[in-house]
Amino acid sequence: MSWLELFRGALDSLLERRSRSILTVLGLLIGIAAVILTVGLGEGAQAQVGSAISALGTNMLIVTPGSVSTAGVSGGLGSASTLTLADASALSNATDCPQISQVAPVSQHTASLAAGTNTWTAPVVGTTPSYLAIRDRQVVLGQPFTAGEVQAQAHVALIGTEVVQNLFPSSRTIGRTITINGVPFSVTGELNPAGSSANANEDNLVIIPISVAESLFGSRGPYAQSLSQILLSATGPTTMSAAYQEADSLLLELHQLPTPAAADFTITPQTSLLATASSVSKTMTVLLGGIAAIALLVGGIGVMNIMLVSVSERVQEIGLRKALGATPGVILRQFLIEASLLGLGGGVLGVGLGVGGSLLVPSLLHAPIVISLPAVVGAVVVAVGIGLCFGVYPAARAARLSPIEALRSA
Amino acid sequence: MSKSYGSGAAQVDALRSVDLTVERGDYLAIMGQSGSGKSTLMHILGCLDVPTSGSYRIGGADVSQLTEAALAEVRNRRVGFVFQQFHLLPRISAVRNVELPLIYGGMHPRAARRERAEEALAIVGLEDRLSHRPTELSGGQQQRVAIARALVTDPDILLADEPTGNLASDQATELLSIFDTVHDAGRTVVLITHDPDVARRARRQVRIRDGQIVSDVNKPA
Ligand SMILES: Nc1ncnc2c1ncn2[C@@H]1O[C@H](COP(=O)(O)OP(=O)(O)O)[C@@H](O)[C@H]1O
Ligand SMILES: [Mg+2]
Repeated sequence: MSWLELFRGALDSLLERRSRSILTVLGLLIGIAAVILTVGLGEGAQAQVGSAISALGTNMLIVTPGSVSTAGVSGGLGSASTLTLADASALSNATDCPQISQVAPVSQHTASLAAGTNTWTAPVVGTTPSYLAIRDRQVVLGQPFTAGEVQAQAHVALIGTEVVQNLFPSSRTIGRTITINGVPFSVTGELNPAGSSANANEDNLVIIPISVAESLFGSRGPYAQSLSQILLSATGPTTMSAAYQEADSLLLELHQLPTPAAADFTITPQTSLLATASSVSKTMTVLLGGIAAIALLVGGIGVMNIMLVSVSERVQEIGLRKALGATPGVILRQFLIEASLLGLGGGVLGVGLGVGGSLLVPSLLHAPIVISLPAVVGAVVVAVGIGLCFGVYPAARAARLSPIEALRSA
Repeated sequence: MSKSYGSGAAQVDALRSVDLTVERGDYLAIMGQSGSGKSTLMHILGCLDVPTSGSYRIGGADVSQLTEAALAEVRNRRVGFVFQQFHLLPRISAVRNVELPLIYGGMHPRAARRERAEEALAIVGLEDRLSHRPTELSGGQQQRVAIARALVTDPDILLADEPTGNLASDQATELLSIFDTVHDAGRTVVLITHDPDVARRARRQVRIRDGQIVSDVNKPA
């Protein structure tokens, strides 16, 4: 019996049991599509978290005052405000710290803003021009302020898009005056929209020279210039740990601390944030993948049931076909082709639905989704494997019976 | 040869040391009470089942020595079997049921197969029921589809298990004349029947009781 005849016979046989065939294909289809969509959502979330964190700035290290591990001890030393402008300028010394390319001291306070009759409240960051480079922010309108303007204590400000919307809802901004805690500043530039990062709204922001922030927010004398943070950038992604070491030992020395355990500051590399966040979303992917695997299993058991339920009817059919002259090989090939056609149908439709859904989901759920090739291949292999096992194995057993034994079984 | 089902206390000896020779061109009627082992004997004659002990030879070949493929070919080419319960595939049309043995026999092309199946159905008077499914046919009509399926490969041996059981007497007479024709064409015919009138048309009458042959009478020609 030729393969063409076998193929035609298998197709006929599937069409004769139309509802059983549709149910089988449906079971496979849903399982496969569920795996593709859930794994895709998990990987999409992972990719989104990764890009949100790298948007915070690449190769960045953040030095914050106070120590996480020895908070009690450093509190006992009498101050948590341990980062100074002197620290920042020491870190920017190229000979001491060759792997640190840029340094930006940050002094951040929330302040009330006003322009004409409009008022608003936003975080004000006092810093140097390096801040923009380290945080990967751009001035899209106007000009950033210069190191010279920092020196000269110029009253200039860069404002984020949310500040623009609230203070200048319908007019130009460059060259206009805003007041920060009542002190007038000239707006020289608008920042690019950056959305929200893990812990802050990056668009609700005013940036001014650090030298002005000192006097604006009332420092306590020339020695205690307290900084909120010092941002550092390493020369490259591979020199992050070298930069970390340089900053750590230099600050310990400057603060006259004998051991790293006594540190009154904390250095957080951006990579560790990334690692934490991506391990969280990996857990999520595994969770979603598990749910998907269960969906596939349920679909597979459905398929198995449908196939096993019809098997006694099929055993009689096998007996009859043998009585009419079919060899066990022909029977086996017929069932193999039937199961393959069902598996192929379920596989192709399932991948189609999964991929189609993946293209639709971002616009429906506002969630990113990644089509994962291993998930697609794995789901299809498992689903078709289930179809083959439960479609072919009982048939293979029945094909070994004598025609009468098979016909009698019910 | 002997045939038993089950084992231990539940063992049923359906055939006990049966010794039977059927010559080519014979016309044989097997008679006996229900449960006497007639169907069991018939299944073995048709190579659909194997004896528990002893041997069965068809055309000189010992069936127990044949491969599955060779057995399939014997069932396909040499034997036409009409089951007591018809055993038609319920979901396909009459003509496609009759076509099945031709498909397994490797007959080409499709159109020729279809034509041959239609001819076989015409012989049993069902030329106007070709595309009906078995469920849309009466018991007698299903019986005749089963007979058409047995005849379609032009087998050497026609085996029929109570073929007239479901038929009205005029239909039965019609059917028996088909068997006569098949026999007249030189084929071997073996049928099981309760009806003495049916048995009388055969040339040889075998009576079976409790799995044993109790009489074997050749009608004088
Ligand atoms: N598959 C089977 N399993 C167990 N017993 C069987 C089986 N087939 C037939 N028998 C028994 O074998 C005996 C002969 O059955 P059978 O050949 O069908 O008789 P008949 O066709 O003469 O009515 C009966 O007692 C029957 O119950
Ligand atoms: Mg019987």
